[in-house]
Amino acid sequence: MDWNAFHLSLKLAVWTLVLLLPVGVVTGRWLARTQTRARPWLQALFALPLVLPPTVVGYYLLVLTGAQSPIGKLITSWFGVSLVFSFPGLVLASVLVNLPFAILPVQRAFEAVSQELHDAAACCGMNPWQAFTRIEMPLAWPGILSAAVLTLGHTLGEFGVVLMVGGNIPGETRTLSIAIFDRVQAFDPGAAGRMAGLLLLISLVTVALGYGVLEGRSRRTRRSS
Amino acid sequence: MLSISLEHDTPDLGVELQLPIGQLSAIVGPSGSGKTSVLRAVAGVLMTRRSRVVFDGDIWADTEQRAFRPAHQRPLGFVSQTFGLFPHLTAAENVGAALTHLPRRARAREVQSGLDAVGIGGLAGRRPSELSGGQGQRVAMARALARKPQLLLLDEPFSALDRSTRKRLHVELKRLQNSLNMTVVFVTHDLDEAAQLSQNLVLLRHGRVVQQGPTPELLRRPATVEAARLMDFANLARARWVGSGASGITLRWGDVLLTAAGGPQSQPMDTVSWTVRASDVLLVKHNHPEESRLGTILPAKVVEVIEMGDSALASVSVDDSGGEILRMRLRPGAVRRHNVSPGSQVRIALHPQALVLMD
Repeated sequence: MDWNAFHLSLKLAVWTLVLLLPVGVVTGRWLARTQTRARPWLQALFALPLVLPPTVVGYYLLVLTGAQSPIGKLITSWFGVSLVFSFPGLVLASVLVNLPFAILPVQRAFEAVSQELHDAAACCGMNPWQAFTRIEMPLAWPGILSAAVLTLGHTLGEFGVVLMVGGNIPGETRTLSIAIFDRVQAFDPGAAGRMAGLLLLISLVTVALGYGVLEGRSRRTRRSS
Repeated sequence: MLSISLEHDTPDLGVELQLPIGQLSAIVGPSGSGKTSVLRAVAGVLMTRRSRVVFDGDIWADTEQRAFRPAHQRPLGFVSQTFGLFPHLTAAENVGAALTHLPRRARAREVQSGLDAVGIGGLAGRRPSELSGGQGQRVAMARALARKPQLLLLDEPFSALDRSTRKRLHVELKRLQNSLNMTVVFVTHDLDEAAQLSQNLVLLRHGRVVQQGPTPELLRRPATVEAARLMDFANLARARWVGSGASGITLRWGDVLLTAAGGPQSQPMDTVSWTVRASDVLLVKHNHPEESRLGTILPAKVVEVIEMGDSALASVSVDDSGGEILRMRLRPGAVRRHNVSPGSQVRIALHPQALVLMD
């Protein structure tokens, strides 16, 4: 069992979640309410990681953030770090790949808050921020929870992009899914099996907990109606 | 005065309205006429291409002056068609949502007194999904009134309710308006409801005001054929102008001379449209002692009689008009007493006051 890889996977999942969830809420809410004609294009852009092979996303990230690229040079000169084959690069890749999982459920949840409730909140004297925090967020939170669970689960299991951008550096970029691949390549099915089982268990528990909370809420709603 | 001037493209609106302060006004029109959009624009939740909304001298919106007061800063309450209650909050929390500017204890007091005032003080802890339609409407009303608004906007507030609840809430709305002396504007597609409740009436169609004015006056005298149609005047006809005098305006309708008490004093270029309510076409029995006071008496032949509950609608062909049809509303008892049946001959009266000439 590669506990370093396990620890790194958890760290990556938490960082991705912490960085991505606010982005998901703000972007999802904006997409739900905006009237811009560019909306279908923006939605397509955010959904791209769902349909593109992870290797393609990884390739473009390498090209864009590589040490010789303008962006890569800028980041190195500002922060003194390289995004390629490093943990920060892994986080960036993970954030980008998980955009659809963080944005789409949130967008659907905010779209379900009817115009009538927006009108009612304004006519109750609530300013837009009060309406957002007191009415929209409580009604949209199952969507936000779904986004969090999907992002967490997907990050834990992410393989293609992680390998492309981060490579396989122990303690730095070797996550649990890379370590499993590594052990299979080294003909060590015992270690690969143990790590795969652990990943399976964590993913199952994470998703089940999310569904459990949502199920409990809908049961309470059904009982009260 | 509540002065509303709106222009918009989607939905198409071109509205100019003047509604008195402290009174109950109704905006009536068929589905898609723009009633809800007018109300939402007044509330400030619908941005129109051009708008000017002035309440009692206070400018709420004026696109020309680039003035706009957002909805949450306008002193109004709004009840939408399906009440717009926040589903995750209890009845008390829904009312409290309009009172967040108050400290917690004062808010709780106001919420309870608001719920008590609409008769559902015992349902404070229930969520909207646990309330009946009538109870939900009362919570919405308590919430709309919580901030003591100067203007109350009601968007078809009774349409989702059963008949008995609707009738009860009609009475409560009138009582409320009388006691608070508040300016109330409500929209409905039900003319009878508007006639019962409102002091002022606005007829709206395709985003345009067809007619506005005090309700009794407007119900009696539609100004245009369109207004008459919207107010369900069953009889619409055209007649030639003969002349005007002290007794009123004389018209020729086929071979019949009719007199209307009011109307344009100068002769119109062509024929003039006139209308009479089905309930104002009177059945005259033979040898009626005061027949001359009933107006113009015309012989007619009954074409059709349809009984509907406590009234019957009879269509009669007026002999000397060239066979034109008039509809008259009768009591079922009168139908039997006077033997009104298809093919029978009757006499009808059209009183000058009942005849309305239109543009």
